[in-house]
Amino acid sequence: MNPMASAHPHLSLIYLLPLWLLSTLAAAEERYREVEISAPFIELQTGPGRAFPAIHAVGRGERVEILKRRTDWFKLRTHKGVEGWVHLDQLSGNLDHQGEPLRLDAPRLDDFSRRRWEAGLLGGYFEGAALLSAYGGFALSQNLSAELAFSHALGDVSSQLMADINLVAQPFPEWRISPFFTIGTGLIHTRPRSTLVQSEDRTDQTANVGLGARLNLGRRFMLRGEYKNRLVFTSRDDNEEYSEWKLGIAFFF
Amino acid sequence: MEIRYRFLLLKSRPIRRSVGFWLLIALLPWQSLSAAGGMESGREPVILPDLDRREIVEPEIDTEDFEISLFAGALSIEDFGTNPVYGARLNYHLSEDFFLEADAGYSRASKTSYELLSGSAQLLTDSERDFTYYNLSLGYNLLPGEVFFGKGRTFNTHLYLIGGAGNTTFAGDDHFSINLGLGYRFLLTDAFALRLDVRDHIFDSDLLGEDKTTHNIELSAGLSLFF
Repeated sequence: MNPMASAHPHLSLIYLLPLWLLSTLAAAEERYREVEISAPFIELQTGPGRAFPAIHAVGRGERVEILKRRTDWFKLRTHKGVEGWVHLDQLSGNLDHQGEPLRLDAPRLDDFSRRRWEAGLLGGYFEGAALLSAYGGFALSQNLSAELAFSHALGDVSSQLMADINLVAQPFPEWRISPFFTIGTGLIHTRPRSTLVQSEDRTDQTANVGLGARLNLGRRFMLRGEYKNRLVFTSRDDNEEYSEWKLGIAFFF
Repeated sequence: MEIRYRFLLLKSRPIRRSVGFWLLIALLPWQSLSAAGGMESGREPVILPDLDRREIVEPEIDTEDFEISLFAGALSIEDFGTNPVYGARLNYHLSEDFFLEADAGYSRASKTSYELLSGSAQLLTDSERDFTYYNLSLGYNLLPGEVFFGKGRTFNTHLYLIGGAGNTTFAGDDHFSINLGLGYRFLLTDAFALRLDVRDHIFDSDLLGEDKTTHNIELSAGLSLFF
């Protein structure tokens, strides 16, 4: 037996891991989805965008492999080995391996109810301070999703960092403009401006309720606006109440 | 086969006939089994390809809409000199035209000319010299194009405009900041790209006594990976 291997069993793992990775990569490279072109022809372009020139035409009856996708563009390889990009509109409708018209994922409004993940970036106001916010959501059902949101309010006197877990209900997900209601809880961390006030940083618990609307922009994108009423449970006698609103871009997949 | 059995049953004597009869009984199940086997082998080419086709799992199409990049460069912090900056960016390509970007960077302010000339005076403590920022931005691929090297090599490129909002923490305070910029993405392969960025980080500061809008220009180069 190899004394090295027995002395350092993990060493063999170190050697095996890249081999395993290579083998999986090689295996992954071997299999691509195949399409038979049933349109009179499709044009392959040099890049994934309408500005890139066409370099090759694939005629009816030829088979091509789909190597990868970037936004709405697909990189194809012909059996002669020519590679190029084609738009979703040109590729879909050609024949898959069973001779059926190829169905490629082109998300529409109807697909929103089948979403799993959602994310977005928003900006707005938090009691007069500028507010930046990012969120990610997971759909629990067609109408209900759980969201994790991080926000940063940047005011003249202080800045607040907020992390919240929200439950979002959308009673009419199929509407183009769909209202939603949120309820959530989280933490707020307040940092006073050092040049103005000599005060300690503090962290408090918060609860919030809100309402908003989502406007479908086509494809998988939406405009999202919301208003929230936030209650901060301070360690002092009185709780604080804040209002915030924000607007931004969100997408689902 | 049947004719042979009939011959056996008809032509043989009674004792032999019964043997033939039992022989027939013993053979019958075999006959039917082998007949069934024959039928099965006859059907094979008809049924099995159907089953095979159902077993084909279509390979997933590899989607590469995310781009992650690391960058380094120089940041001119207003009043505090030009300093090295490092950071990372994460992009999500919404379409061939638009992309979202979340980025974060770190730099460290050097001394102002006043601090250098006066010798001992310190405007900022050591930790207050840290300059960190993050931004959420929207980019637009203004000029997609190609670059040619020699006869056979072509690279895809994008010249893009980008703008957004974020936070800059400097001198111990958070500042709401706006960033505007211009960038160039040079795709070495489909998955790897070189990026050059010019960015202006704009925020209001009252650090030197009065409110003023500061412009902090950043020049950076980075390497990005699509996944």
